[in-house]
Amino acid sequence: MSLGQVSLGQVGLIQEMSQRALDLGVPMSVHFDITYRCNERCVHCYLDHDDHGEMTTAEIKRVLDELAEAGTFFLTVSGGEVLMRRDFFELLEYARRLMFAVRIKTNAVMIGEAEARRMLKLGVDQVQVSIYSHRPAVHDAITKLPGSLRRSVEAIRFLTAQGLRVTIANVLMTANMRDHSGVQALARELGVQYTLDPTITPKMDGDTSILNLRIPGAELDGVFHNKNLVGNVEEFCAPPPAPDEDVMEGYPCSAGHTLAYISPYGDVFPCVQFPLPSGNVRRQKFLDIWNHSSELNQVRSIRAKDLTVCSSCHHVGTCTRCPGLAYMEGSMRGPSTADCEKSFHRTGIRSANMLRQEQSVPSGPLIHIQPLNA
Amino acid sequence: MTEKGARYIAKSSAIASRLLGGEMMIMSAVDSTFFTLNPVATVIWQAADGRMPLAEIVDQHVCAEFEVDPEIAHRDAERFVEELSSHGILLVSERPFSEPGVSPTEAA
Repeated sequence: MSLGQVSLGQVGLIQEMSQRALDLGVPMSVHFDITYRCNERCVHCYLDHDDHGEMTTAEIKRVLDELAEAGTFFLTVSGGEVLMRRDFFELLEYARRLMFAVRIKTNAVMIGEAEARRMLKLGVDQVQVSIYSHRPAVHDAITKLPGSLRRSVEAIRFLTAQGLRVTIANVLMTANMRDHSGVQALARELGVQYTLDPTITPKMDGDTSILNLRIPGAELDGVFHNKNLVGNVEEFCAPPPAPDEDVMEGYPCSAGHTLAYISPYGDVFPCVQFPLPSGNVRRQKFLDIWNHSSELNQVRSIRAKDLTVCSSCHHVGTCTRCPGLAYMEGSMRGPSTADCEKSFHRTGIRSANMLRQEQSVPSGPLIHIQPLNA
Repeated sequence: MTEKGARYIAKSSAIASRLLGGEMMIMSAVDSTFFTLNPVATVIWQAADGRMPLAEIVDQHVCAEFEVDPEIAHRDAERFVEELSSHGILLVSERPFSEPGVSPTEAA
């Protein structure tokens, strides 16, 4: 008999447990936006910041009970800005009492030394802070909150001084597309992790006007071939291997499989980027929605081989295709053109969707008309 | 009442944990180290309330629920507790944690 804990590498062990959660149908990770209210007004934000009837403290605590019962382990608490809720620490304390691994996404503007100390005491696993630029003028122009970079950076110092793990999330858009190395250097100076995300998503109501903030393809090339950002460029940008049967029988991503998203109004979706309404925890228990929602079951039924265009694409096994973005483009089984762009700029190989679009648009006029007087 | 020579175990408050398919997942909030416990270790973990001595946990839970040699069970349990306590996941005291002056945080 052995009582010792299984001791694999960190990533390997978490992957193993994620696979087990998938096999058992357990929502191992939940992203819970507790408010859409925010003290910043970021130009690329997909949310409506007015309060249309957020869940009360008691309602959120009941949902947290239900998530613990459902087996959720990783709980991402986000918004809006989480600290806009006066009961934030009460909810955090409650979540930690239920033994969730809590990750907080915040702009950190409202975090001072006392808040940082409290987060440490409550055993928060990670704090992710959005930083757009190392230059105050650029960052503050994106957040539309004067002084926000200074306050966010100050907060990061408070958090790290307490020993909390902090990650800077750097969303790239046209306004800050050349600032990633500056933000990366800032992260190094602060002693925190750095992640970069070039994804701009349509607004929750389907408005796509903010998509013009997406960085152009030529800039994506630069990002994907920058060893400081991706590590081994040759490996990262390698042509995709031919997809095998495992790939074709596989699931596109964890949304709806081991991951769920809950809005401040109690709406349940497969993921924060996948606005397919699947139930509401104000009317039903979370586990009933998770187990019986026809929408979630529909998402779960899709294998790579079922994807209308992507199943015939070279990139099908390696693409970051987001089914939520595909859904917002018209079909959860269809392509996500933003991810097609990423695959192309990463490898130089056009996606099946790009080739299809090129074929459907004639390259020149079909009829040439010679002017009479020529 | 404190049992002479007994060891009491309690879960640290600086962890996250959840049962998944009969095995306990644990993550340290101190350094994000991730652990999973097999079903036998999970039983000990669940019984680690800071009040019941470890030896009694092994007798009442492990030996009663699993087919195992008691001597081996006690020895393995001691080793398991040492290992988890070295990571700060499990707290060990010679007095019950419910006694005045003993708290999981202080014992850490």
